[in-house]
Amino acid sequence: MTSSPEITVVLDGETTRLAQGITLRETVARHIGRELGPDGTPADGGRLGVAVAVDGAVVPRREWHAHVIAAGSTIDVVTATQGG
Amino acid sequence: MDDALVIGGERLTSRLIMGTGGASSLATLEESLVASGTEVTTVAIRRYAAAGGNSVFAMLERLGVRALPNTAGCFTARDAVLTAQLAREALETDWIKLEVVADEDTLLPDPVELLTAADQLVADGFSVFAYTNDDPILARRLQDVGVAAVMPAGAPIGTGLGILNPHHIAMIAAAAEVPVVLDAGVGTASDAALAMELGCDAVLLASAVTRAHDAPLMARAMRAAVQAGRDAYRAGRIPRRSLARASSPDEGRIDAGPALAD
Repeated sequence: MTSSPEITVVLDGETTRLAQGITLRETVARHIGRELGPDGTPADGGRLGVAVAVDGAVVPRREWHAHVIAAGSTIDVVTATQGG
Repeated sequence: MDDALVIGGERLTSRLIMGTGGASSLATLEESLVASGTEVTTVAIRRYAAAGGNSVFAMLERLGVRALPNTAGCFTARDAVLTAQLAREALETDWIKLEVVADEDTLLPDPVELLTAADQLVADGFSVFAYTNDDPILARRLQDVGVAAVMPAGAPIGTGLGILNPHHIAMIAAAAEVPVVLDAGVGTASDAALAMELGCDAVLLASAVTRAHDAPLMARAMRAAVQAGRDAYRAGRIPRRSLARASSPDEGRIDAGPALAD
């Protein structure tokens, strides 16, 4: 049995291996542990509260489902935390 | 009497904006935010894993407190613009507290990068709450590029040194056509009251409450101080005099003769 091909990316500062062909929506959903609808909104009905930059540019959540992650991408998933 | 603050297109009843930075726990933070009566609070934008999930976002949703995301930690206009764009996407708000600082030791705003970032963000549709120096001219330049609020530092962030240049803060407040929010440097309640007496429209603070021995109690003190300072400003202080002026009448005084020492 051969394992499916993988790519290497940097996700939130950590070198991570992802399945080749995975979309940004699937990657974010897995990272934050919430199911996301096609438009990137949470399936649980709550507000999302996160945003994503790929290689230093914001990718709007409605585009996540069509964004296939390229090998070597730097992906930052951000949210609100305590701060003045 | 209605004395609401209109800022970034919103009407606020409370003129105290309490930030979330520096709290020892989320539970204490929540108690302090409620005691402060704040309707808006600042948050930082950080990587999901480092932020420990989105528990702060969830708490603000539960409390019904509006989030004002900041660009804390940005040293260049470029970093600040990307952080603001991420904040808008994550929190679904075009409000941004713009911080572009020059170095870690002072955390004082870098005027050149700040003005550049403010200009770009206003053009991109943001309501920019600009954290700035206590410099009346820079405050004017920020207003000229279209910021929603000018937020001069009383003293460097986290120092608790109070308002180091009250004269400049008063000049900024007197000249501004947008709301002026005293931001940074507040150490205790009298600093917050002074800011309001100088004519500021609101006070933004975090460490003074979150790092106090009893944070919720200090939050309550700040709430009262901001209200007292605002009332005093609107009431109009008496002029300063060099000599005493009796408040009791001269007429009808009794006279028991010469002083005993004579």
